[in-house]
Amino acid sequence: MLFEDPVFSSRMLTILTLSFHAIYATIGVGVPLMIMIAQWVGIKKNDEHYLLMARRWARGYVITVAVGVVTGTAIGLQLSLLWPNFMELAGNVIALPLFMEVFAFFFEAIFLGIYMYTWERFKNQRKHLLFLIPVSLGAAFSAFFITIVNSFMNAPQGFDIVNGELINVNPLGAIFNPAMPTKVAHVVATAFMTAAFTLASIAAFQLLKGSNHVYHKKALFLTMKIGLIFSIATAVIGDFSGKYLAEYQPEKLAAAEWHFETEGNAPLVMFGILDDEQNIKYALKFPYLLSILAHGDPNAEVIGLDQFSNFESPPLYIHYFFDIMVAIGVFMILLALIYWVGVKRGWAFINQKWFRMLIVLGGPLSFIAIEAGWWLTEFGRQPWILRGIMTTGEAATSSGHVGLMLILFAILYLILGIGTIVILRRLFKNNPVERELENRLGGEQS
Amino acid sequence: MSLEIIGISVLWIFLFGYVIVGSIDYGAGFFNAYSILSGKQHILSKIIQRYLSPVWEVTNVFFVFFFVGIVGFFPKTAFYYGTTLLVPGSIAIILLAIRGSYYAFETYSSKGHKGYAFMYGLSGLLIPASLSVVLAISEGGFVSMVDEHPVLNYVALFKSPLSWSIVVLSITAVLYISAVFLTWYANQTGDTDATNLMRKYALFWAFPLIITACGIIYELSYHNQEHFERILNLWWMFALSLLLYVGTVWLIWKRKNYGLAFGLLVGQFLLAFFGYGISHYPYLLYPYLSIYDSFTNEAMAISLIIVFILGLALLLPSLYLLIKLFLFDKDYVKGQNAK
Repeated sequence: MLFEDPVFSSRMLTILTLSFHAIYATIGVGVPLMIMIAQWVGIKKNDEHYLLMARRWARGYVITVAVGVVTGTAIGLQLSLLWPNFMELAGNVIALPLFMEVFAFFFEAIFLGIYMYTWERFKNQRKHLLFLIPVSLGAAFSAFFITIVNSFMNAPQGFDIVNGELINVNPLGAIFNPAMPTKVAHVVATAFMTAAFTLASIAAFQLLKGSNHVYHKKALFLTMKIGLIFSIATAVIGDFSGKYLAEYQPEKLAAAEWHFETEGNAPLVMFGILDDEQNIKYALKFPYLLSILAHGDPNAEVIGLDQFSNFESPPLYIHYFFDIMVAIGVFMILLALIYWVGVKRGWAFINQKWFRMLIVLGGPLSFIAIEAGWWLTEFGRQPWILRGIMTTGEAATSSGHVGLMLILFAILYLILGIGTIVILRRLFKNNPVERELENRLGGEQS
Repeated sequence: MSLEIIGISVLWIFLFGYVIVGSIDYGAGFFNAYSILSGKQHILSKIIQRYLSPVWEVTNVFFVFFFVGIVGFFPKTAFYYGTTLLVPGSIAIILLAIRGSYYAFETYSSKGHKGYAFMYGLSGLLIPASLSVVLAISEGGFVSMVDEHPVLNYVALFKSPLSWSIVVLSITAVLYISAVFLTWYANQTGDTDATNLMRKYALFWAFPLIITACGIIYELSYHNQEHFERILNLWWMFALSLLLYVGTVWLIWKRKNYGLAFGLLVGQFLLAFFGYGISHYPYLLYPYLSIYDSFTNEAMAISLIIVFILGLALLLPSLYLLIKLFLFDKDYVKGQNAK
């Protein structure tokens, strides 16, 4: 059977858990910032709409946090359950950020509880806003620390191995590995971007459905503006990531770009398919662009897959993940830019159905880009779990029950996924903005 | 004090924190379900929800803290326990996931589904049971080394009276701790019906708790002679613990000072928990893994301890704020300002 191999099953279970967790984690990192901004704008402009926005987002957010917390707990334990040999080695070197992540999470958990249950307890909304600062900081720092752990796996350093013994461990050296700055920045920026576009997509959906309330228009404009800023930041950092890869992990960049021969003036290959003889068909080639992406110089030489043995080469299908991620990223920047300029200039088409439909698509697309990006980076360091040091095969558990656990977890995630959708729909459908605004304003007058 | 001892003490304290807050949470879920099934929902549900809502996520962190910490301080535990615990660990995660997400789904949107509440209560009892299996495994005798890989003998574990006693103890402890706490909390809210009901449960679970606790020590005398003797050497800790237990039961019986009763209970479990932990020394997994051969390198240990102290400097004031706002705020516990 397919699942009899613990290495394969462990890989599948890990990718399943992480892909599912990534959805909730992205919301978990990004949305608190949006809530904070909305509440801050609401206080500043003394505008009830923004305060309500913060409140409604927070209500939905708690549901996703719950699933994020439990799937995060799952992956935290699965690291040790599925990859005991890896954790034994890595625990010696990279435990510090892992430990700090828990503190960040702790911090966030405490203040989220306080924020959610003190809406009416402070006369001054500014005090209440203060509780959101540790929530968003905690969320962003969780992402920060856990991505450090991941970047260590891509660029392990901070220790020496002499005769199979681990010596000279330097925890800070392990943290400040070369992959860290670009990876952390990219993860945090994309989380903010995705959260913004998701909330924009909800607002656009409401407008599309016929509600013409100014609340949704304000929400849409605010989130598209934030999304524009972070999608541009994402692209800039993505360029830095390319330069990091060229320098430190050339095999990943080469596989992602189907760059087989080491050469200068390297073109960037977008889309296309690969036939059995490794010929690229139907692809778009942008001359010099890969050299620019890799080294900032159109003539620079880019290392190709010919420099690596078959064993060290990542799977070539990561190219498709790269395409998906980049294409969506570019599309979102353009969409947000057109919308923003359109609002400023009063272009009529941005209020038309088809354009709003594109914005509705933006949220799900951003999530697809997040998943594709993670698959690119994770499959792109195959066969290694610790690049150059330990393969995934050496790291996996020897237990024979992983296949069964994989099935159980798949069922669990299915239930949680459906549950989230059903609950979130019910939460907002039964309580539309119009009615909530009426209740709140009515309540204040009486 | 060596770094190893500091490391394991830190983790043991956090595990103790989880035992207390987790028990309250798990027991509350059970009592909530039980009250729905026995038609007493109107008495208990509100109080339980009011306490649980702001803290359920915090409870979870204590657990995460423990298992991240133990891999950090004692990386070899990942190798031994990671391999052997795949099945019980995964089951615990799945139960935790159902419980945690269901709680949020239920609390923040639709309320009052009987089947869900029942699942919630049941999973709350199964989680401590599945987690406490680790304690049985740590006593040795259930893990053997095959081709240099640890393998768990499920049949031996399943047949062992020791592992079943530990499971029973964990469940009774959960119900007892939770009942005593909720008696106090209900009393704070001024709700006499809820207080009386919880008081009844607390007294009901007090007796089986002490029986199973003594039973385990008896089982250990057969299972792990060495550990049993070290427990006897620490007899005074367990005797003191027993004394505090008597104090708690007496106060609850007399309907006096529930706050002090809960305090004594924490003391009772602290002594027993640390007595057990100290007598387990130096083994993490008898006889393969001691805290000395599994300890991390010095550089990592020191940086972890520094981070731990800095982290606590942030956490303790925040936890204090949380407790002050939700446990000792008269308006909140009485249900005013509840939203």
